[in-house]
Amino acid sequence: MAVAIILLLVAIASVVFHLFSPWWWTPLASNWGYIDDTITLTFWITGAVFVAVVAFMAYCVFRFRHKEGRRADYNPENKRLEWWLSVGTAIGVAAMLAPGLVVWHQFVTVPAGATEVEVMGQQWQWSYRLPGKDGRLGTTDARLISADNPMGLNPDDPNGKDDIVVQNDDLHLAIGKPVKVLLRSIDVLHDFYVPEFRAKMDMIPGSVTYYWFMPTRTGTFEVLCAELCGAAHAQMRSKVVVEEEKEYHAWLEKQRTFAELSGQRNVAKAAYKTGSE
Amino acid sequence: MVDVPYDTIAGVPPAEVAEVELYHPKSWWTRYVFSQDAKVIAVQYSITAMAIGMVALVLSWLMRLQLGFPGTFSFIDANQYLQFITMHGMIMVIYLLTALFLGGFGNYLIPLMVGARDMVFPYVNMLSYWVYLLAVLVLVSTFFVPGGPTGAGWTLYPPQAILSGTPGQDWGIILMLASLILFIIGFTMGGLNYVVTVLQARTRGMTLMRMPLTVWGIFTATVMALLAFPALFVASVMLLLDRLLGTSFFMPTLVEMGELTKYGGGSPILFQHLFWFFGHPEVYIVALPAFGIISDLISTHARKNIFGYRMMVWAIVAIGALSFVVWAHHMYVSGMNPYFGFFFATTTLIIAIPTAIKVYNWVLTLWRGDIHLTIPMLFALAFIITFVNGGLTGLFLGNVVVDVPLSDTMFVVAHFHMVMGIAPIMAVFGGIYHWYPKVTGRMLNEALGRFHFWVTFLGAYAVFFPMHYLGLLGMPRRYHDIGETAFIPASAHDLNAFMSVAALIVGFAQLVFIFNLIWSLFKGKEAGGNPWGAASLEWQTPETPPGHGNWGKELPIVYRWAYDYSVPGAARDFVPQNEPPAKLSPQGAHP
Ligand code: HEM
Ligand SMILES: [Cu+2]
Ligand SMILES: [Cu+2]
Repeated sequence: MAVAIILLLVAIASVVFHLFSPWWWTPLASNWGYIDDTITLTFWITGAVFVAVVAFMAYCVFRFRHKEGRRADYNPENKRLEWWLSVGTAIGVAAMLAPGLVVWHQFVTVPAGATEVEVMGQQWQWSYRLPGKDGRLGTTDARLISADNPMGLNPDDPNGKDDIVVQNDDLHLAIGKPVKVLLRSIDVLHDFYVPEFRAKMDMIPGSVTYYWFMPTRTGTFEVLCAELCGAAHAQMRSKVVVEEEKEYHAWLEKQRTFAELSGQRNVAKAAYKTGSE
Repeated sequence: MVDVPYDTIAGVPPAEVAEVELYHPKSWWTRYVFSQDAKVIAVQYSITAMAIGMVALVLSWLMRLQLGFPGTFSFIDANQYLQFITMHGMIMVIYLLTALFLGGFGNYLIPLMVGARDMVFPYVNMLSYWVYLLAVLVLVSTFFVPGGPTGAGWTLYPPQAILSGTPGQDWGIILMLASLILFIIGFTMGGLNYVVTVLQARTRGMTLMRMPLTVWGIFTATVMALLAFPALFVASVMLLLDRLLGTSFFMPTLVEMGELTKYGGGSPILFQHLFWFFGHPEVYIVALPAFGIISDLISTHARKNIFGYRMMVWAIVAIGALSFVVWAHHMYVSGMNPYFGFFFATTTLIIAIPTAIKVYNWVLTLWRGDIHLTIPMLFALAFIITFVNGGLTGLFLGNVVVDVPLSDTMFVVAHFHMVMGIAPIMAVFGGIYHWYPKVTGRMLNEALGRFHFWVTFLGAYAVFFPMHYLGLLGMPRRYHDIGETAFIPASAHDLNAFMSVAALIVGFAQLVFIFNLIWSLFKGKEAGGNPWGAASLEWQTPETPPGHGNWGKELPIVYRWAYDYSVPGAARDFVPQNEPPAKLSPQGAHP
């Protein structure tokens, strides 16, 4: 008796916890509401199965627990029942998988108008790069990385000259504009993770990965690293600021291009050299 | 009625069995230490696995202390936290669960359950244990080498595993890989034994479809392990070469702390494929033996045949086969070609069907049973709850797009602890309470056992159920300290503290269990040969504990499946597998 009640209480407590938990996903700030919907659907289906299985068990324990003189049934198989249960399960599984795959298809299909933004991870900080007026990002190579060129841009690539480089600062994005985030790392695996956007993807040294999303809410959102990257993994933070188009452009105006940055550094260096001689 | 294989075998010849050539121990030394008796090897495996498991348990306390009360314990910093999770995860999955299920339960139960005298290659079997022990010692040594154990996470992903930003880059990672290589060698020696014994050494009448599901589970898991571990083996060797000789299997051109390294041209993703080609089957390597054990516990203690035996066997085999085509569900956000997601999400969710069938058949076995709420039965019930819970959250993570926000968060940690941590541990405990009387001849103490059960089950559930919601909130895994993070409310820290206290209590209960194991060895109630009234063969040995060679002069002959409980018309509520059919059974409904 007690055992049956405790089993049932475990199921009930789980449901109550679910319904009243103050810990729930962060308010959405991107177009990926479909992902949240799929999670909700999955919670419903799996929750029902969980409660049904545990309740059935609890009932059996209550009803068929050993008493003097009880004898169990002898009942090796029941093809029909097993068949029905399998079909039912298959339907439940399909009900979760089908919408999941539809949404995944959207997730991997980048809309044509998306602007590219590059995020580069390194132990243990984030850098960002936005295409300049030409709308194109220049090529990069880890071998070109130096104090002057921390993101390893190719100085001979004309497309890269006007790229906007954001180091040790927040990334800004305009609301309502789809972005394709190009992800790159120069040392180990990292993962650009903003909980409010729901999307994430690992960054791998030696290749460029991506995902896309569209910011739908202005505000400042915290960036975390979601792939273990060594000692300071937990401190690898940054911020993304989503703002209205006008403010975004004002911010963009203030940023430096690669040409400016490297030119300036060269000038500074040269001045230092002559000064010391 | 249905044609399950409990039919009579016509004309089993009289049991004239020549004495099999076994190495009989000549001294204390070869009897208890360098023993070739699978039962002794099983105990050696089990004790070693549980000893190293205690290390992993203590590490989990330290991690929980840090997570629950960040900043309070000055002796745990970020590096140590990473070293703790790595060692904890690796020990729990490989050195505890794999070793215990296959080396421990497998060695003890396979020969007894199929009616063999011993494993077919006793000498290799002995070597298997000693190589395993060596692997464990190498692993433990990493705590004492300069730089300490590796903190690369149990997945050991390169490049970070072998670069200087990760603790244990000096010796820790090298010894970890060496230890894994040793483990695999040792396992292979044992594994070949288990497979060949099941295929070749079954006693007369023990057809494959009469084997207890425990044997099916361990057998299938072993076959899988023999196919999956080589992937880990080559990955370990290649990573070791990258680390020691500067090859670049997994290393692209990269910068280490601002300096360009000599590496170039390798692929970090390749390692992940190799790792998970092993890693996913590994989940089932610890799950299938648990499935088998739970089936047998439920059937025995509910005094009812397992429901749908044939379906259960096929489900085990189907899960084993399918689990080799789902590995990349661990890599949805790894940066591999995203179109793989369609394939792997589909295969992953298909596995849910045979898995669900198993669950249905367990609970349907309870239906109209005669349920004895013994401790093994309680653990079996707890197994079902935790396994169903963890299996269902697997449907979240397997469904590729749902995995995107949840991967690498505490949701994942909660999920895999439920499904491959707590659930298999419940099966281990249930199995130990069930078979301890056969191994030692004494029962484990009942009161201590009940205390151990309730605290462990409810406590572990209290640790890991709420943890899902921290993951949903977005709390990443492998963070020693979430720190000031805008979207994490203060209440999440309170929840963490609660989970830590619960984890410490659960940990304490394990000490009670260890005490019970030792105390009952001397003071436990005498068990007799078959205290649970079980039908399977291991309970029918002439001696308890069984002697060397298991069966005395004659091997048993098997006439029926292992689940003849509460057979209509039979005098007792169980019919041992080796009991000849009554000459004239009334209606022929049952032999
Ligand atoms: C009461 C028992 C246990 C407690 C309190 C516990 C606690 C923890 C904690 C706190 C972590 C680190 C989470 C993070 O920051 O990412 C962890 C990781 C892990 N645990 Fe456990 N654990 C327990 C039992 C087990 C068992 C039985 C297994 C067996 C499968 C297991 C396997 C793992 C694995 C594989 C990891 C991942 C390590 C990594 O991220 O590299 N744990 N555990
Ligand atoms: Cu990182
Ligand atoms: Cu998997």
